[in-house]
Amino acid sequence: MSLKRIDLLICCGSGCVSAGALKIKEKIQSVLKDKGLLNEINIIETGCMGPCDLGPVMIVYPEGIFYQKVTVNDVEELVEEHFIKGRPVKRLMAQDKQEQVVSTAKEIPFYQKQVKVALANCGYIDPESLDEYIAQGGYEALGTLLTEKKPADAIEIVSKSGLRGRGGGGFPTATKWKLAAGNKDSQKYIICNGDEGDPGAFMDRSLLEGDPHRVLEGMMIAAYAMGASKGFFYIRAEYPLAIKRIKGAIEQAREAGLLGKNIFGSKFEFDAEVRTGAGAFVCGEETALIHSIEGERGHPSAKPPYPSDKGLWGKPTCVNNVETFANLPTIFLKGPEWFASMGTKTSKGTKVFALTGDVKNTGLVEVPMGITLREMIFEVGGGIVGDRNFKAVQLGGPSGGCLTTEHLDVPVDYESLKEKGAMMGSGGVIVMNDSNCMVSIAKFFLEFSVEESCGKCSPCRIGLKQMLDIMERITSGKGKEEDIEELIRLGEAIKQLSLCGLGQTAPNPVLSTIKYFRNEYEAHIRDMSCSTSVCLDLMHFNIDKAKCIGCSLCAKKCPVTCISGSKEEKFTIHQLDCIKCGTCMEVCPVKAISKIPQMNDEVKACREKQRLQSEYEE
Amino acid sequence: MYQEIFSKYTPTKDNLIYILHDIQDNDPQHYISEEAVQAISEYLNIPSNHIYGVITFYSMYSTKPRGKNIIRLCESPHCYIKGSENILRKLKNALNVGIGETTKDKLFTLELCACLGVCGNAPVMMINDDVYGDLTEEKIDEILARLREVK
Repeated sequence: MSLKRIDLLICCGSGCVSAGALKIKEKIQSVLKDKGLLNEINIIETGCMGPCDLGPVMIVYPEGIFYQKVTVNDVEELVEEHFIKGRPVKRLMAQDKQEQVVSTAKEIPFYQKQVKVALANCGYIDPESLDEYIAQGGYEALGTLLTEKKPADAIEIVSKSGLRGRGGGGFPTATKWKLAAGNKDSQKYIICNGDEGDPGAFMDRSLLEGDPHRVLEGMMIAAYAMGASKGFFYIRAEYPLAIKRIKGAIEQAREAGLLGKNIFGSKFEFDAEVRTGAGAFVCGEETALIHSIEGERGHPSAKPPYPSDKGLWGKPTCVNNVETFANLPTIFLKGPEWFASMGTKTSKGTKVFALTGDVKNTGLVEVPMGITLREMIFEVGGGIVGDRNFKAVQLGGPSGGCLTTEHLDVPVDYESLKEKGAMMGSGGVIVMNDSNCMVSIAKFFLEFSVEESCGKCSPCRIGLKQMLDIMERITSGKGKEEDIEELIRLGEAIKQLSLCGLGQTAPNPVLSTIKYFRNEYEAHIRDMSCSTSVCLDLMHFNIDKAKCIGCSLCAKKCPVTCISGSKEEKFTIHQLDCIKCGTCMEVCPVKAISKIPQMNDEVKACREKQRLQSEYEE
Repeated sequence: MYQEIFSKYTPTKDNLIYILHDIQDNDPQHYISEEAVQAISEYLNIPSNHIYGVITFYSMYSTKPRGKNIIRLCESPHCYIKGSENILRKLKNALNVGIGETTKDKLFTLELCACLGVCGNAPVMMINDDVYGDLTEEKIDEILARLREVK
């Protein structure tokens, strides 16, 4: 590789690729070729840089200039102005809070509170290059460990660092290893859990795509500590790029002698392979995952026996999350004291979160444990999008819970979140503004859990469905007064009786929203009103005749032709036929159409009539 | 046809999921036929009811023939908040199919799927192995038109 004048780092994480990053790369290449500059500029595809909503993003070194929302049409200007004339294009740069143009990534508020440990190389190196990873200190931690320390020392170091499982449960990593290491079986396995199924979570995908060697090195450190000679990456099939990247990394490591026998001249022997899922959320649960690798249905099994005693093919097995592995090389390089100096008393280090929803900066962030939700949402996330107010934040996906304004100063650590009814989960953070209906959000998460329940144990299979039926009743205006209590009763029972983590946590979104937004549930049931007009049965559209100019655009665009009228008489919506798609409101040139957060009286009367009729017939 | 795929895998049960993926990906109609199940059963020496158990457990396998392009729209809460319902309606209308159905010209099958992990660019969908983000109804027309042109 020859040294070039400019290094152009193009983010090729799934977010930026879906926004067209690859097309931009092609265009840049063709423009550079036309201008004969291909030898001067080094184009590097990197993993996720973080700010997904600003995609496609790129950084130009040596200056480190950060460009956002680049389109194919910007390429000519970029090459001409910046690469040839040396004048960075201000138009494509970010702005800070004072709306001043900022040129480098470091100055962007989004990055300022972040501390990158697991994500250190993500968006900075070419994930398909072993050399670039090694240039960043890659495999140094493993080399030192294998040549200078014993497996027990490795466990001791991780124990001192205070690292806890990043997959959601927060089980101390060193304890897990110790259990497996204590088992004298000659064959042990280590598994990397990359079955990241939580809706709203994409930390593991980004790590596997952006820095696969780091995850592999982390796995090897763990394997050495617990005495495993074989590792499996279990990655969900929805992540084809992650699968490709980690397969590539394994291949490169094997060629370089980093996998195989006598690694770094030691007696340590290790090899890894990739296994993929086929679309089942429950396979993120460790026992289900193990069954899936074995070629079975991904059913969880009762614990104990724990995988550390009887895991894959009955052998002692340790299952760790992708992010847990990604933290290990840095812990060994910089020392456990350094890692433990970040975070709170019980939760050390940093955590990667996928920040999504109604925040200005969505994307991948890594912050020290103990940061408050306020800092994460309003400083890193840049606050709520538009002129709306913050309403709630859902942490931990379908297993977690909603927190509200009063919890904004809660530190983000395993215990504090659990105490408030949410959980760290794998790190999905969905921020919601006041246009969201909490009942409908909880229903949506519940629908997800019902859909993904494997069906093995009845509390989860039948109980969740019962809860969903009640939620559907409430959101469609058929709720009963006692429904809220029934939801709580069912939820608590399911939590206590389910076999695996999926069922034990699935009622959380409903229970936490009842706890903090009970008034919304009551309004849905008693007043048949959804104050945010999200539940379609509990709202209707109305045309204000005083404002209507009779242009007939709404009637023309209505997909079910339920709007009629004339220029003179103005237009009316036939509520019984309306499917509430909202098209009329969007197209109205004078904004005469509005949402009324209440079930329409005509619809109410019609329903009542139907109800009486069916009762009479019975 | 199956023998070629089988030759890549040792006849052990843990390879079942990969063999199923491989067969489905290489089938022009992207599904696992009865004959395929029979052949796998013989190769791995496991009963076909076990194989059907696995196929029906995982959402990515199909026992029905599907179209050339498999559209999988993300139905997770995040995409829902960002308007995936409108995209679904648009797809249904543009293709004139319901969920799980295949167009008459056998070009497209419409499916829903769990989170694709591209939430920063919601709503998203995946067509075969490619992810399309920040979807709008106009973009759907463009994407479908482009795929219709590919022969």
